[in-house]
Amino acid sequence: MNVRFWGTRGSLASPGAETARYGGNTACVEVRGRDGTLLVLDAGTGIRRLGATLPKTLVRVDILLTHLHMDHIQGLGFFAPLHDSEMEIHVWGPASTTLTLAERLNRYLSPPLFPVRLRDLACRLRLHEVPCSEVAIGEFRVASMLVCHPGPTVGYRIASRDGVVAYLPDHEPALGALKFPIAAEWTSGYELAAGADLLIHDAQYSAEEYRDHVGWGHSAFEDVVRFAELAGARHLVPFHHDPAHTDADLDRMLSSRGGATSSLEITPATEGASFELES
Amino acid sequence: MAQHEIEVILLRQLASYLAMPIFIVDPRGTLVFYNEPAEIILGKRFEETGEMSPKEWSTAFQPTDEEGRPLEPEAMPLMIAFNDRRPTHGSLWIQGFDGVRRHIEATAFPLVGQSDRFLGAAVLFWLKAAP
Repeated sequence: MNVRFWGTRGSLASPGAETARYGGNTACVEVRGRDGTLLVLDAGTGIRRLGATLPKTLVRVDILLTHLHMDHIQGLGFFAPLHDSEMEIHVWGPASTTLTLAERLNRYLSPPLFPVRLRDLACRLRLHEVPCSEVAIGEFRVASMLVCHPGPTVGYRIASRDGVVAYLPDHEPALGALKFPIAAEWTSGYELAAGADLLIHDAQYSAEEYRDHVGWGHSAFEDVVRFAELAGARHLVPFHHDPAHTDADLDRMLSSRGGATSSLEITPATEGASFELES
Repeated sequence: MAQHEIEVILLRQLASYLAMPIFIVDPRGTLVFYNEPAEIILGKRFEETGEMSPKEWSTAFQPTDEEGRPLEPEAMPLMIAFNDRRPTHGSLWIQGFDGVRRHIEATAFPLVGQSDRFLGAAVLFWLKAAP
């Protein structure tokens, strides 16, 4: 299984010389199976470049949206396969308590925000609402669960014979906890992350910044390290970098290991980086 | 270890900050949490009681109605909310683990999450003022 980062930034795309190394595109991660199965995790602005690299032989893409905040869907309309009549595209994402996934996506993919309506896309589009029971997509088994973030938001757990990837790009498991970590069964996202080989997790803030952003749905790097250790993850990839953080800021913030007390491996997400999981 | 649903996790976190007594049961009816204000009325810390089955919690407090008649478990507001999946309100007497009988009012409601998932029920209760 190969995991490649096309967008690592949170909240707002932030291109520029000062963000070039970690990347300025918003959330998009490619997960590729040995059999060629392609999962695209979120459709931030990074998805445009991914779309331009796909082989002509590809006939199906599954896009797994964690939620419908703009930084996770803004690239959707610019994903070239959506406009290819030969492509079968499955979009997985959360409904709300009052609107279906289709109705929610239409709010963005319709004028005046976007010129093309969802129903006018050329591809064969299938929508699936999550969370749902575990599903098989090619060689992957995909589980989804609601997690702590404003509005309906899920995290994903993707398993194959090569290992397990957990993806929680927008997540605040420490919200309301007087002392974090708390017991595993009372921790948002624990089941998704438990024993993951690769945990891609929101680490938008430093501990100092988090104090002014409690309840915004994002995490302090130090809390993420505690979460990863609680879950027994092997390799943590801090993700969803704050748009105001330059490469130098992120170097300073993420080089400390966040108080890790275990052998947890930590590699901050950078645009273009890839990770290989092998059985 | 099974993790609770996010809505239940958030309710427990909210309850731990509120001054109103709250008691939460999961989809099996198992008591999974009550907060510190509830501990005062129930006469024991949650850490001491731990989780309790529906049969245990519905009888442990020896509930009676306004006239002192024993209240069937099914008639307790929380059990109505859980079984019938509708909000309900009532007055009753309970005996805490400390042996003190207390007159309480209780408002119970089912917990229904995203996609209409039934997640259990919760009850807010408070000491009834003397007439």
